[in-house]
Amino acid sequence: MTWTQEQPIVSLKDVHKSFGTVKVLRGVSLDVMKGEVICIIGPSGSGKSTLIRCINALNDIQSGSITVEGLEVNDAKLDKLALRKKVGMVFQQYNLFPHKTVLQNVMMAPIKVLRQNRNDVEQRARALIAKVRLEGKEGAYPGELSGGQQQRVAIARSLAMNPDVMLFDEVTAALDPETVKEVLTTIKDLAADGMTCILVTHEMGFAREIADCVYFTDRGVIVESGPPATFFDNAQDPRTQQFLSQIL
Amino acid sequence: MAVLHPMRIRADALPLAERMFNLWTLAALMLAFAAVLIAPAFAQGSAPARRGVIEILLEWTPTLAGGFGFNVLISILSMAIGTVLGVLLGVLQVSPLRPVRSIAWLVTQFFRNSPWLVLLFYCILLIPFQIEIFGTTIPFPGWIKAIIGLSLPVMAYMSEYMRGAILSIPTGQWESAESLGFTRSQIMTNVILPQTVKRVLPSWMNLYAVLTMATPLVSIIGVSDVMTLTRAALSAEGRVDLLIPMYLYILSWFFIYCYPISAVTRLLERKYSVNT
Repeated sequence: MTWTQEQPIVSLKDVHKSFGTVKVLRGVSLDVMKGEVICIIGPSGSGKSTLIRCINALNDIQSGSITVEGLEVNDAKLDKLALRKKVGMVFQQYNLFPHKTVLQNVMMAPIKVLRQNRNDVEQRARALIAKVRLEGKEGAYPGELSGGQQQRVAIARSLAMNPDVMLFDEVTAALDPETVKEVLTTIKDLAADGMTCILVTHEMGFAREIADCVYFTDRGVIVESGPPATFFDNAQDPRTQQFLSQIL
Repeated sequence: MAVLHPMRIRADALPLAERMFNLWTLAALMLAFAAVLIAPAFAQGSAPARRGVIEILLEWTPTLAGGFGFNVLISILSMAIGTVLGVLLGVLQVSPLRPVRSIAWLVTQFFRNSPWLVLLFYCILLIPFQIEIFGTTIPFPGWIKAIIGLSLPVMAYMSEYMRGAILSIPTGQWESAESLGFTRSQIMTNVILPQTVKRVLPSWMNLYAVLTMATPLVSIIGVSDVMTLTRAALSAEGRVDLLIPMYLYILSWFFIYCYPISAVTRLLERKYSVNT
């Protein structure tokens, strides 16, 4: 199946996932078009993180279908490298390589995985580090940076692989309040450049500002979704209303 | 590995200078101890025909030092072989393939729970004294067999250290590397193994000190190490009053060689247990 830009870049159809006997996802479907920014919100344990981890095959699923640019993720013969070239991911705990400098962290995957020319990669890596506003930190080790700075390096590291879709798994949840903004600004810049972004977030103000569509998940299903204006001001489902009233 | 030992840290919370001072204090204490033991020998040795104990020790020093050098050589080579094999075995112990994991586990447990001396005897008996490959004869003298024999337990201990260190690396490291497209073996060599170095280093150095102290075992299987030479020297001199001073002399060499290693090991342990 060849994928065209008119079709959803990421498409989930009736996805079921369980850990042992615990059903985490119970029939999730959603479509993301190229260049769209979607935010997934919901109480903890509702399956948000599992949902986006399934998109780049960090978790496998029991049934249903996930496609990224037409590539079926739920396939035993999946070419994982092909998938991971398309999808970048940023984690809550940054997960930078502590024994490598900022520049090395950003350069490693393009050199080792894509086998690209070192000089070209370095040039691009420096540009990406500048883009996430960390010029001058190229030689620093992750342990010497603040959480917000580390998270921006993690974003640059992911972008170095030239992904078409970026997944953000609660990327500001472990940060100090004053550094949250710098990371959100970086994501906002990315979205403005047309990157397809799927975010799991607790930052409602940010979701409202940036998202094209907001999804509310609870107990493994998508309860409600819609553009932020209608979603936040005019939620229909009582569970959504209750959740929003607790946090807004 | 990086477990905090509150009591230990207190004891270790001495600056390096003080720790070195401790070393010298201990060395001085040992010398004093030696003097006490040697003194009666001087009293006996006052007859003109009998040479002094110290004189005899000094005479034998070059020979014994050669033997000690051999012990050091055996320890270094065993350590090198054991480390390489141990790292490989440790990596196999966390293989996603169950049969591989089980075999690596079995090999590790077997050699980790065998007496070193029995392993040495086994190597002496099992390995032929020479091997012929395409007409070329490769000899296997006793000391090479000894090195192989001693490297087996080193391999097993190293395998366990590596398994522990690999499992102690947060899973986030695997996941982030995986989502960047790295294969499992790329993650192992580029991300995980480099991070295990500092976790394993203190245990590795400690293992080396233990191995060095175990090298006199090779004298039992006929390798001319410091123990063999000491015994030869003692029988050549044929003097009972030499026994204790001479063994104490050799003991002090091992102490002087091994103590700094364990001191630095404890220093490293303290450093890495505080900021992992």
